[in-house]
Amino acid sequence: MPGAVAGRKKIGVLALQGDFEAHERALRRAGAEAVEVRSAADLDELDGLVMPGGESTTMWKLINEEHLVEPLREFGRRRPIFGTCAGAILLASEVANPPQPSLGLMDISIERNAYGRQLDSRIARLQPQALEGDLEAVFIRAPIIRRVGGDAKVLASYQGDPVLVEQGRHLVATFHPELTDDSRVHRIFLNKIP
Amino acid sequence: MYLDDKFRLKVGLAEMLKGGVIMDVTNAEQAVIAEKAGACAVMALERVPADIRKEGGVARMAPIAKMREIMQQVSIPVMAKARIGHFMEARILEALEVDYIDESEVLTPADEEHHIDKRDFRVPFVCGARNLGEALRRIAEGAAMIRTKGEAGSGNIVEAVRHIRTIVKEMKQLTVLGHEELVAESKKHQAPLELIQYVAQHGKLPVPNFSAGGIATPADAALVMQLGAEAVFVGSGIFKSSDPEARARAIVKAATYYNDPAKLLEASEELGAAMFGLDIAKLPESELLQTRGW
Repeated sequence: MPGAVAGRKKIGVLALQGDFEAHERALRRAGAEAVEVRSAADLDELDGLVMPGGESTTMWKLINEEHLVEPLREFGRRRPIFGTCAGAILLASEVANPPQPSLGLMDISIERNAYGRQLDSRIARLQPQALEGDLEAVFIRAPIIRRVGGDAKVLASYQGDPVLVEQGRHLVATFHPELTDDSRVHRIFLNKIP
Repeated sequence: MYLDDKFRLKVGLAEMLKGGVIMDVTNAEQAVIAEKAGACAVMALERVPADIRKEGGVARMAPIAKMREIMQQVSIPVMAKARIGHFMEARILEALEVDYIDESEVLTPADEEHHIDKRDFRVPFVCGARNLGEALRRIAEGAAMIRTKGEAGSGNIVEAVRHIRTIVKEMKQLTVLGHEELVAESKKHQAPLELIQYVAQHGKLPVPNFSAGGIATPADAALVMQLGAEAVFVGSGIFKSSDPEARARAIVKAATYYNDPAKLLEASEELGAAMFGLDIAKLPESELLQTRGW
């Protein structure tokens, strides 16, 4: 169970498109400092990075055009990254439906829009072993993680599929903890920062 | 208020579209161009507003076959327009499983008194507004996203600017008032007190606030974002310009870097010609689309 966060960690939120403001609010509630990241220079001096929900095709296109692919990969080799929904897609090593390039910082395969369209979006109450009590998970046109690599740890599942996964220093959720008032998932991420 | 799971999911998708550009498309080919250029969603319609304006006639929900094709060809959310008050067009769009419905003044209204009761639907709705009262009335009916109306198909940003400034100013004014004054404001804005109180407390709408109607250049997109819009809709501005792909890419970049003039300069170079555009002051009242809806 993650406890209070010691010190104030400086976390960037990739602000190219999507619900980055909701993540900034969630990070502040969890006790961190949040700054918006739109260029490689913005990554300097950050303790960690959040890649928000949004449209992964739009985000990837901007990451590519703005020459952020290598700076983000390099950042991910040194510091923790937390991706939700589209952010999880960007961190994966393999993306399907349709296939698209990604940063490949985590050894997971992910399928986009795997539950269907907006009418299949849902709010589920999960009972993850990693946390005390229920966890409300908001899935919006969510992806499904179809495969996790060897050392990945599944922290929560829904209908048998992993929805909150940690691997090395990184963390992904296919749902949106930033759309609830519950800071526990953000605290799991903050606690990964030394 | 309105925070049941169904409504939270509707607002949730709107949250995911923030900082993005939603582009009007009339067929799958345009939808693919829009997606490749970085659109965060596309809006399916029969004709773009500039053509509706030029050709006249009754503008309705887009043909089903075209919408299906668009939904098959792109992986981003697909929105579609229904006529104001036409809850059966909306039911058909819901059965088709579009991701969002725009109850839009761009189409010919089907009901001159009632908007759709949007709370009753599982599919989320976006509606246009020119001022705070109109925005809150639409939210009370169940809209999960508001956009300024602007003047669709005009290529002229002046009305979108007027509408976003009006909404933002009216919200700011509420934040300094006491309870009894809010009761009077509720009457003045013709909006439910509960929603007036929400705005007074938070200084913002309870749903995302986007901008539409007249955005034709990267500078236009950056302008409305600076004024408080959280994302932009571009209608005729893209596919009525000389190089739709380049313009679409440039407007996507502008929505992200609206606070960075050097990036906006980059986005504004080598764009080809913007759509021609109309002087709204010279349009007769009867040709305005923004006065549809109430």
